[in-house]
Amino acid sequence: MSTGFHIVVCGSLVPDPLQTLNPVQGANGPGLKNELMLPAVLDPFAAHSLYEAANLAKKMPGSKIWLVSLGNKAKLQQLMMTIAQKVAFELVPLDGPASGFTDSFEVAAALAAAIDKLANLDRSRLLLFGGCASASRDAGVTLQMVGERLGILDQFLAVDELKLQEDGSLRILERIEGGQYQVSACAGPPAVLAWATGNLPEPPNNPQIGMQNMRVIMPALQKAQPAPVAAPGVTFASVTLPAQQRQTRVVKDVPVEEIAKEIVAWIKE
Amino acid sequence: MDATCREKMEREFPSTLPGDDVRQIMWRYADRFDIQMAVQSARGLARGLIARLVADGQRNTHEWNPRKEELLTAFDETGLTTIFMDPEEGGFIEGPKNLALGLVAFELSWVDGGAATCSLASNLALSPIHEKGTPEQKLFYMSRCVPPQPGEERKIWRGAFALTEPLPYVGVDTGVVSGKMRIAEWPEGGEPILHIDKRGRFITNMDFANFVTAAVDSDDERIKGSCMIILEEDDPGLFDRGAPTLKMVHQLSSTRDPVLSLRVPASRIIGGYTVKDGVIIPNYNHGEVIESVFRRTRVPVGLMTSAKLVSAVEPIIRYQRSRFRGGAAGSPGSPRHDLGLQQKEDAVQRLAEVWASGEAGSSLGFAALRLLDEFDPVEREKERLLAEQGVAGARAQMKLFKKLEQEALEYLELAAHNEAGRENPRLQELAGNPLIRFLVLEAQANVLCPGCKLWNTGQGATMMREAVSLMGGYGITEDCPGFLFQKWTDAQLEATYEGPEAVQRRQLSITMTNELFLAQFRQWLQELRGVAATHPGIGAGAVATAMELWLSTLEFIRKSKDADGKPLFHSQRHGVVFPLADALCWLLACRYQILDVLELEQKGPENPVLAEGLAGFVTFFSDLAATQAGRAAGETARICAELVYGFGREGEQVPEQEEFSRLRQQLDLSLAGSRLAKDRAAEALTKITIPEILDYPI
Repeated sequence: MSTGFHIVVCGSLVPDPLQTLNPVQGANGPGLKNELMLPAVLDPFAAHSLYEAANLAKKMPGSKIWLVSLGNKAKLQQLMMTIAQKVAFELVPLDGPASGFTDSFEVAAALAAAIDKLANLDRSRLLLFGGCASASRDAGVTLQMVGERLGILDQFLAVDELKLQEDGSLRILERIEGGQYQVSACAGPPAVLAWATGNLPEPPNNPQIGMQNMRVIMPALQKAQPAPVAAPGVTFASVTLPAQQRQTRVVKDVPVEEIAKEIVAWIKE
Repeated sequence: MDATCREKMEREFPSTLPGDDVRQIMWRYADRFDIQMAVQSARGLARGLIARLVADGQRNTHEWNPRKEELLTAFDETGLTTIFMDPEEGGFIEGPKNLALGLVAFELSWVDGGAATCSLASNLALSPIHEKGTPEQKLFYMSRCVPPQPGEERKIWRGAFALTEPLPYVGVDTGVVSGKMRIAEWPEGGEPILHIDKRGRFITNMDFANFVTAAVDSDDERIKGSCMIILEEDDPGLFDRGAPTLKMVHQLSSTRDPVLSLRVPASRIIGGYTVKDGVIIPNYNHGEVIESVFRRTRVPVGLMTSAKLVSAVEPIIRYQRSRFRGGAAGSPGSPRHDLGLQQKEDAVQRLAEVWASGEAGSSLGFAALRLLDEFDPVEREKERLLAEQGVAGARAQMKLFKKLEQEALEYLELAAHNEAGRENPRLQELAGNPLIRFLVLEAQANVLCPGCKLWNTGQGATMMREAVSLMGGYGITEDCPGFLFQKWTDAQLEATYEGPEAVQRRQLSITMTNELFLAQFRQWLQELRGVAATHPGIGAGAVATAMELWLSTLEFIRKSKDADGKPLFHSQRHGVVFPLADALCWLLACRYQILDVLELEQKGPENPVLAEGLAGFVTFFSDLAATQAGRAAGETARICAELVYGFGREGEQVPEQEEFSRLRQQLDLSLAGSRLAKDRAAEALTKITIPEILDYPI
């Protein structure tokens, strides 16, 4: 009997958050200025889920990881030069837009269809990982819809910790309001885990892992199927960045107590 | 609408700073994912741990300490330690690794040159073994320098390269060493045991080196000549790591002045030895080993300085634009707020010059490394063939090569005029001779490598001062974004170590007159004439004309005497040949800069990511190339005019000077447009989008 998990991680690229991000209205709808030219990183929440997947796979021999990514395949290739050195996985690329202006419903459909076609995927051992939301569009619903389409009903959102219990069950911590965690027990796979930040640092680059991964990733990228997800029927009336607010007053010789009172009053407003 | 107006409206600017997609094409590693991964690893480390060490003030101490020690573990964990090794030794890059190592050095120096040196120094220690070591030596030391794999219980070894010695006396002289070796004992029928005395100065990695590859000379009539030898920390005798070198730069590399007095078996002589009539004859003297090593390792040093210039661009743009923000004058949306100092022409034009210079140095350096990658297997094949033919020793080799030189020249001539598709049996015959290929590539490498080391570091240090000045007072503070002050001073060391500028000029003054090089140089001149016809705005015409002027000057000084009747051309007449070598470097850097832009223009359309921004990048890099071409042509004209006229007597003129004047005038005319190109490049710098913040700490 085979052991280990089959972990499918859904995650794609987002523009490097240090870059200047200017929304612009293009011929095909809104986008970011120079979007293709901007350096990209793996979507942060999805990246955490990938590192958690690698950690879990290491503890459970016989496990396997797939990374299902919907994005421009040339950009994905650049991204892989970093990501593929950190974790051993098989890339399943879907060549399409990774912009924040696609519709979650269609993205979920494309991802679920790709997962459905994975050869050698044992659904009874499947853990579907991904970010609880995307940095490019904080909808926070995609992974649940992928799970629904794959018929996985045990779903956990904003996960920060997954512990394997001795009886094979999973103990999961989900973020809830007020800085609290909801503790859940799950009998085992299949399950959806939409990760928040988790607890693991970014693994260091290991070129040996990278070389092994790239031998499979490069052919996969060349054969990447188009996934023309869009948002038909959706009109974006306007797109802006959150405005920076700066309310500064220059004052002198104010006692600390006065400053504290003023801050408390401001918070209560 | 008139043509000028239309051109202005249609002109594209680069949308962002050039990213990996652009650089991979320009520097020719778009199809090498192994190298791309190495670049990402080095970048992550540089902008993470290394930047944090600099920001935390770790450069403020000469001592190696636990914080700096973190670098070594990080090099191991990210695979940078193993880049030098072949896959069978535990590495991950197949074949020659010069380009890969250069790119890693470039990425690390983007933040800190000392960290780059720290990374490269172990490779430098291994290089003598890699280049000339016996198979047993290679296997033993290379495999020990690979980080242990998971589950493997062993300590990784690190090395130091010891050539430099304390002053007075030798200092660093590749021809002379004061380190000595003599025979301590020689058991009957057994391995001789040597006693080695070596004092080192400025030896990198000495705080933690487990072995040292040291240059020593014979102090015993039973040993012939010099050699490089491997000394281990556990060898019997004294392995004193010495005092820290009190250097003011590159403080993230360990540097000490060791004292070594050890007994080692003769089998540690790098490359082995033979015994003839009771005398130990090393198979390679130390000069042969060092020549082979430095040819390769000097180029990454040149690139380290170029990286500093290119890395300075983003922090300077940000400084210029934000210079007046936050003050009372200039509300958001006003030119003063949005452009700051970039409203002023001088600020952006000087920045364009810094960038152009960094681009030129990078292009030259990466071209040299690609050449070395091509040259490595050819050189090995040459050594195999010579051994097969029984050609031993430098004199016999030189005799053979002298005979082959004419054929190599014939090959170059035929290859230059061979039209595509036409089969030429003689050309194929010559092309199939590995020794001819070796001679042709060696002639190039012998100029490009010292040229890159000399120009990139020397001119780079000057331009780095300019970069610092563009940040005003901020530039000379410890917390200047981009660590520009530290980079400026680091550049001075880079101009010095692995052979200071005089050494590079000396080598160039000999190799630049090799007929095989000159034949290729003339072909490059014609090639640039062709480029000038198809790409009039890229500066190729100015560079080609300057190359012609340079050749004409060389010819002039070769057959002329000064006013006192002394021949102008002599390898020891440094006042003549050294400036000519300097001028050559300017031209070579420009040639490769132009070729990189053409590569981007040609291959860019194949990359879908670049589709929307390619025109802007090609236009901008063409303008930078033309800016640099104008500067290089002007510098060449100045140097050549001084050489041609400066040694004559006032009021007297020789007929050959008329031809020079004619060419000089042509060169002046060829500068047309170069300043307009700088105007455009400078304007582009006011429009280019930069990230919100620098991606490493200050």
